[in-house]
Amino acid sequence: MRPFPVPWLLAVLVGAAPAHAARIGDSAPAFELAMADGRPVSLASLRGNVVYVDFWASWCVPCKRSFPWMNALHDRHRGQGFAIVAINVDKRRPDAERFLRDVPATFPVVFDAAGATPAAFDVKGMPSSYLIDRNGIVVAVEEGFHDEHVAALEARIRALLAAR
Amino acid sequence: MTSTWRRSRRGSVRCSPRAERALIAAICAVAALAGCATLDPPKPWEKGDLARPSMRFDVDPLASKATQHIYQSKEGAAGGGAVGGGGCGCN
Repeated sequence: MRPFPVPWLLAVLVGAAPAHAARIGDSAPAFELAMADGRPVSLASLRGNVVYVDFWASWCVPCKRSFPWMNALHDRHRGQGFAIVAINVDKRRPDAERFLRDVPATFPVVFDAAGATPAAFDVKGMPSSYLIDRNGIVVAVEEGFHDEHVAALEARIRALLAAR
Repeated sequence: MTSTWRRSRRGSVRCSPRAERALIAAICAVAALAGCATLDPPKPWEKGDLARPSMRFDVDPLASKATQHIYQSKEGAAGGGAVGGGGCGCN
């Protein structure tokens, strides 16, 4: 009879280790997600740009306030090497579509119903945003949407865009 | 009675089929118990169903606010009526 594979069993039990988080100074976890029309958006394809990754859900009340600001941000810095990627985490796509009819987005919106990307970023609350520099490093993490943080965040983005 | 543990030809410790069944049962029991430890609360991005209006304890938010207000003024104590932030996880 074969020896009982206890070490192997332990490895299986312990193997479900949590994914790494995205903290300031870490390189942002890679992702590739599809937009509503099926076109993929990946973080790798945006390398060299300053990227603002926003996690949102239809049931998240502050998200509704963040979208007009992100639209304005997108319009102001379009073509300057700045990109916004809004990652929807709704389980049901129609909920997200209803939200987008109420609060249209001019920036790319991708969908991750499985929740792999928020898990990789270790999102702590909704909404959560990650400012990523041209080298793919997380330079700022914003939890929730606070009107009083908006000016500082935008100044940060302008500084990153100015630093070539 | 034969000894439960015996040494194999290659030197590693083997056990009788009966002991092995007991070991498997014990490990299964421990693994089942470990399942209790992984009852994680939902992650912030998984709270969509908790945030649905039908998940509220009260029927009418406005009426419950009024009731809460009267309760607070009569009891001289505030809070404890609900969990701050609801199911959204955004506060």
